[in-house]
Amino acid sequence: MTDLLLSQVKSVGESLIGTDEYVVNMGPQHPATHGVLRLVVKLDGETVKETIPVLGYLHRSIEKISENRTFPQCITYTDRVDYVSAMSVNLAFALATERLMGIEAPARAQWLRMIFVELQRLASHLLWMGAFAGDIGALTPFLYGLRERERILDLFEMTCGQRLTYNYIRIGGVMIDVLPEFMPKCRAFLDYFEPKIDEYEGLLTYNPIFLQRTKGVGVISPEVGINSGICGPSLRGSGVSCDVRKQQPYLYYDQVKFNECIESAGDCWSRYKVRMNEMRESVSIIRQCMDRLEPGPIEAKMPPVIKAPVGSEIYSRIESSRGEMGVHLVGDGTAKPWKVKYRCASFSNLYLLDELTRGWKVADIMAVLGSLDMIVPEVDR
Amino acid sequence: MLTGENIVQLVSGLLHWAYAQAGISSWAGIIDPIIAAVVMFGFISVFVMFLVWMERKVSAHMQSRIGPNRVGPFGLLQTVADAIKLTTKEDVKPVNRDKIPYFLAPIVAFVATFMGMVVIPFDKGMVVQDLNVGILYIIAITGFTVIAILAAGWSSNNKYALLGGFRSAAQIISYEVPLVLSVVPIIMITGTLSLSGIVEYQKTAGYWFIFPQIFAFLIFITSATAEANRAPFDIPEAESELIGGFHTEYSGVKFAMFFLGEYIAVVVSSAVAVTLFLGGWLPVAFLGFLHLPGFVWFLAKLLLIIYLIMAFRWTFPRLRVDQLMDFGWKVLIPISILNILITAIVWLCLYGKGAQ
Repeated sequence: MTDLLLSQVKSVGESLIGTDEYVVNMGPQHPATHGVLRLVVKLDGETVKETIPVLGYLHRSIEKISENRTFPQCITYTDRVDYVSAMSVNLAFALATERLMGIEAPARAQWLRMIFVELQRLASHLLWMGAFAGDIGALTPFLYGLRERERILDLFEMTCGQRLTYNYIRIGGVMIDVLPEFMPKCRAFLDYFEPKIDEYEGLLTYNPIFLQRTKGVGVISPEVGINSGICGPSLRGSGVSCDVRKQQPYLYYDQVKFNECIESAGDCWSRYKVRMNEMRESVSIIRQCMDRLEPGPIEAKMPPVIKAPVGSEIYSRIESSRGEMGVHLVGDGTAKPWKVKYRCASFSNLYLLDELTRGWKVADIMAVLGSLDMIVPEVDR
Repeated sequence: MLTGENIVQLVSGLLHWAYAQAGISSWAGIIDPIIAAVVMFGFISVFVMFLVWMERKVSAHMQSRIGPNRVGPFGLLQTVADAIKLTTKEDVKPVNRDKIPYFLAPIVAFVATFMGMVVIPFDKGMVVQDLNVGILYIIAITGFTVIAILAAGWSSNNKYALLGGFRSAAQIISYEVPLVLSVVPIIMITGTLSLSGIVEYQKTAGYWFIFPQIFAFLIFITSATAEANRAPFDIPEAESELIGGFHTEYSGVKFAMFFLGEYIAVVVSSAVAVTLFLGGWLPVAFLGFLHLPGFVWFLAKLLLIIYLIMAFRWTFPRLRVDQLMDFGWKVLIPISILNILITAIVWLCLYGKGAQ
């Protein structure tokens, strides 16, 4: 009876006043969308009814451009696919090309690659931690994250001269050997950095407000996560083992000891915790790599012009900072790839945003978006 | 010894001599409060500028940065430079704004919070107007800001601003209740609403109210932070969600008014906290040998509380809007009501019926 009355009152009200959906256009310029992602959010008061991501504001057509570039030239573009974790994408493309042509990089190059990719993971996770905390209102961790990331970038700059787009990992090896003073500096950094992780955790992990904002928010069940192609730390937060480093070891990941970090709850807090633990594992991986590093060549013997065989095709994947980074290459006998396709973790992780935020509050969009660790250049490419 | 009372007497003596010379002694009752208000206004403006600098230094310290250090000694003039920049800036206004509320909102926000300062006693007798309903007056007058913020959110014709305005209205109204309730035990004990009277009571009683009323103090600080829209309760202007919230569409001087209004709100609520719980201008017992004037003690305690509120901001994440409401209604209000009951029972048992 009351329901009927209420619905009648509501319909009369609507006919008199005329109600409309409250559509808020978040982005492309918005502090929480980390770049130029645009979200069209339909609201009912503070409650989110629908979130529609609108993509393409950073589309640079990297995959198409690569078809007109030689393989070594393509590496330069891979830096721009994910500029927060450029080393990983360098590696993904270099590995794919090497597998396509049956080249094997020498041992020293492989160990160096592992060191740099893991350092890159640290840098990427640090930036993510700061941005995520900033999204839910804590501004201080961002500065802490950048402070440590700066020292990693110094190490990169020391080696390859660049701080953001490195172009360091090349087909058949790496660009240049590390300087003699790199190893002591890197060790010093790791010794300095490891206790810092506890510091961040002390500031955030069990902070009651942080727990309130992240526990139980944006829960991805394992089934839904697998079915919608979520990958990387975001899926490991749901208790699914999906680390490519463990499942299909590349480089020498089968020769180092490390744990795959898995949390079971599937909420924002678990995804946060997975990344914090991953930083610890990365530190241990880098230490092991440095112990195993021996002098030797840093580049394999390569043909003067790298040509992919006719009809050759490969899909090669690595674990980038954000999750599974796949590269699909098709060769046609020339020095240029016939087709390049990047499978990016950010793009697939964004898929669930609407489902995870529907029925929640506006502020949860930021928490969920932040916890999925999405960056826009990788979404749009 | 130099005290606030002496200074006030000296200044008023000089003024009255000047009135007599000018032959306007009969107007003293009108001119005196105006001069006092102007002095207070000048003091608050400078103090707030200092606070903006202090906040930037505190945040810089907490984030292992240096903070402003280029303009003037220790960067102290940075805020002055910023103020000049804000005042000379073009006033960008949305075309479809609701003109009158859009214009009035920043003024109301600024004036309403500033007027709270009028009854704050800096020292014995050093107060613009010692109202006998001081607390009631402050709570009433600072409640005006919600109207300003709601008007700003509505008249800007911007969806973020409107959301921010609604959030703010809900928040301020919710947190007004525990704020008032946390003050009630003090009024019950002292039997006066005058702020000077409450300090005098603490002097005769020999203890500050923070000791018997620690819960009231915590509730008061929490609610005051929420009232001033400061983190972790800054959801009306949550940067990562609503850009600037209700002041998204404000620029130049109007923005500066909201900005200063926020800081003055912090000053007012901290000043009330100092007066009610930390003994106002009374010296710290074990530092009494310093023989500092009362207003120095007052300012020292004020800065301590303000530092506390600043430290909150740079430590905690932001609450979500529904969690904020839950916290206010389900936690703070029951505790403060319980606090009133327990205080009443204990005081009745201790002192019997004629408690005062």
